[in-house]
This record gives sequence, structure tokens and C-alpha cells, in this order.
Amino acid sequence: MKRFHFPSLHAYEALLALLMLFASALPAFAHVQQGQAQGFLTGLSHPISGLDHVLAMIAVGLWGAQLGPPAVWLLPVTFPMMMAFGGFFGLLGIPLPGVEVGIALSAVLLGLMVAREAKPPLIVAGVIVAFFAVFHGHAHGTELPPGQSALLYSIGFVIATGCLHGVGVAIGVVHKWPAGRVALRFSGAVVALAGAGFLWSAFA
Amino acid sequence: MRMRVSIAAKSCGVALGVVATTFLPSPAEAHLVTTGLGPLYDGISHVLLSPDDLLPILAMSMLAGLNGPAAGRRTLFGLTGAWLLSGVAGYLFGQALLPGTMTCVSFLVLGALTAADRRLSPAVVLGIAVAVGLLHGWLNGTGIAAVQREALGLAGIGSAIFVVVALASGFVMSLRIVWMRIAVRVAGSWVAAIGLLMLGWSLG
Repeated sequence: MKRFHFPSLHAYEALLALLMLFASALPAFAHVQQGQAQGFLTGLSHPISGLDHVLAMIAVGLWGAQLGPPAVWLLPVTFPMMMAFGGFFGLLGIPLPGVEVGIALSAVLLGLMVAREAKPPLIVAGVIVAFFAVFHGHAHGTELPPGQSALLYSIGFVIATGCLHGVGVAIGVVHKWPAGRVALRFSGAVVALAGAGFLWSAFA
Repeated sequence: MRMRVSIAAKSCGVALGVVATTFLPSPAEAHLVTTGLGPLYDGISHVLLSPDDLLPILAMSMLAGLNGPAAGRRTLFGLTGAWLLSGVAGYLFGQALLPGTMTCVSFLVLGALTAADRRLSPAVVLGIAVAVGLLHGWLNGTGIAAVQREALGLAGIGSAIFVVVALASGFVMSLRIVWMRIAVRVAGSWVAAIGLLMLGWSLG
């Protein structure tokens, strides 16, 4: 059986540079297929439109990086799949109670996991991530704007979600160093506090 | 002197040949100035620019690549052949037999199988490739017939599929570093998530 080798720092640098490049790209005005570009770009920007979503998705990547392989890739695979599952129900119009509370709780719980550097069994970590991903997906599914190209919107949406996890995993590389571990735990606490704020506003 | 005459005669012969051949060719069907590219190149560009066809081709290539050279070879010919045959049949029949929702199911199945990375026998991979080819090829054929384009576009589609599958599955097969294979699996999970969202979109 082959051993898992963590990607080298060069690979992460290249990945970060690529993400920066994508993030800094402006819309190409040369495109005449306005609807298609709009569908992809709207899908791409939707997951990053809300801070509660962004924090939870980055926290998944951070936690995965803390847990190491195979969680480092298993959690970011689980989240988009289950999020799509939630989105599926949202698109069908099947209601899910307490969506906003679930999203806020996801930030609280995932932040706490990072802050405490919790290392539960892989299946438990997977179930936690999968459970909260459904709430995120459902919220996105019910908020999808009409008149978009469904396929391009979905592609942009899933890519953006995956990239947010990738950002979390990339930041989580600092876990290699003692100071980095402290910084990660601190960032987890910040995510949990922000989640508590979202929870407050969800009930208010 | 005799040699010079011989060279001159040969030159005249070549010149005559060139002149004759410029008059001989029938109009190249690959070019059509009214559309800019012509049916053959329209077919090629359709595959490369249409995510609804490109995505399952890439997902199938990834699945074949993860399952080794035998599966890759069978997919190369099985997918292309089935796509072409079904495309011609769809063009002649002119009506879609299955709902468009089935394409979402193909995304979902191919993505899930790639993400799971379970070892499949080459015969099973071939069966999946043929099923995907039959489904999408038929839709391409009926689509071309619906807009009253030339069936030559199917040849372009077939050649583009052959090249894309050869390159993509060969690339995946060449991956020896474990985390790069994991990246392929993550990409598979994204395809499955896109398929699930598309399914919700089309049913909702």
C-alpha cells in the first residue's frame, strides 16, 4: 500500500498563486453569451456571498488539515456532495426547518473543533461535516436566482465551494509548525465566535 | 543538353499537375463560410465548449484512467464508437427517447464512481462508457437534426471525444503521486455534486 505523502510547499505555493489568479480575474467583456457567463459567475460568487458560509467552509478545510490524511481530503469531498444533496431538496422546494440556525451552529461547532484541535474518529468528523453541509446546500438551493444557465451555475457553485475548502486546507499547512498550530486554534476560536454572532442574529 | 530538356519537361509536368489539382478538389465540406467554421469544426468546438458534453467525457476519462490501461483503451473506442453510432441513429430518428434529466444522472453516476475509486473490471468500465456514449450521442444526433445542421458535425464530435479521452485518461493513468490521484477523486465528487444540483434543478 502506498503511503500518503503530503504535498510539498511548492505545490501549495503554486495552488495559492492559482487561487490568487482566479480571485483577481475580471469578467471578460469579450463574451457575447451573456447568459452563460452570468450563470457561471453567479454560481461562482454565490458561496462567497455570505460570511457564514465562507467561515464554515474554510473551517472544514482547517479541520481537515489538523486531522491530516485521509480527513484532509475526505472532509472537503463530503461537504460539496452533501451540500449538493441539501441543494437538491432546496431546489425541489422541500422545506428544512432551522436552516439559518443550522448554518450558524455549523460555524460554532466547526470553529470549536478547530480551536480545540479535536480529533474524533473519521466517521464522526465526516458525519458532523455532512450534517451541516445539508443546511448550507438547502439555503443555497432555495436562493438560486431564476433564469440562469443551470449547468454553468452549478459548475461555478461547486468549484467555488471546493476552492473555499482548498483555501482552508492551504492555510492549514501552518499546522506543521508549533506557532502555526496556535494560530490555527486561534482562528478556530474566531470562527466559533463569529458563528455565535450569526446564531444570535438568527434567533433575534 | 538532353538533361536540361528533361528537367524542363519535369518542371512543366509538375506545374501542370499543380494547376490540374487546384481545379480537381470538390468544395471542402469542413469549411462553411456562413457559420465561420463548418459542420466538422462545429462538432469539434461543440465538445470543447459545451460543458454538458465535455463534463461527462472528462468524468468518464477520469474513471477509465483510475482503472488502468485496459479500461482506458476500451473506453477510448467504446465511448467514441457508441457516441458516434448513437449520434447517427438519433440524427436519423430525430426524436429524443429519454428525458434530458438522464444526463444529470450520468454526471451523478460517473462522478460518484470516480470519487469512490473502486476498482472496476475493464468490461464494466466499457459498459458504462457505452451507456454514456449512447445517451449523450443520441441527444447530440437529435439536436443536430432539430436545428437542421449537417450530420458531418457528428464526425467532428467523435474525433474530439477520441482526442479528449485519449489525453485525459492517459494523463490520469500516468499519475503516480497519491495526492494527485486524490485530486482526481475530488474532481469526481465535484462532478457528482454538479449532477445532483442539475437533477434538482430539472425536477424542481
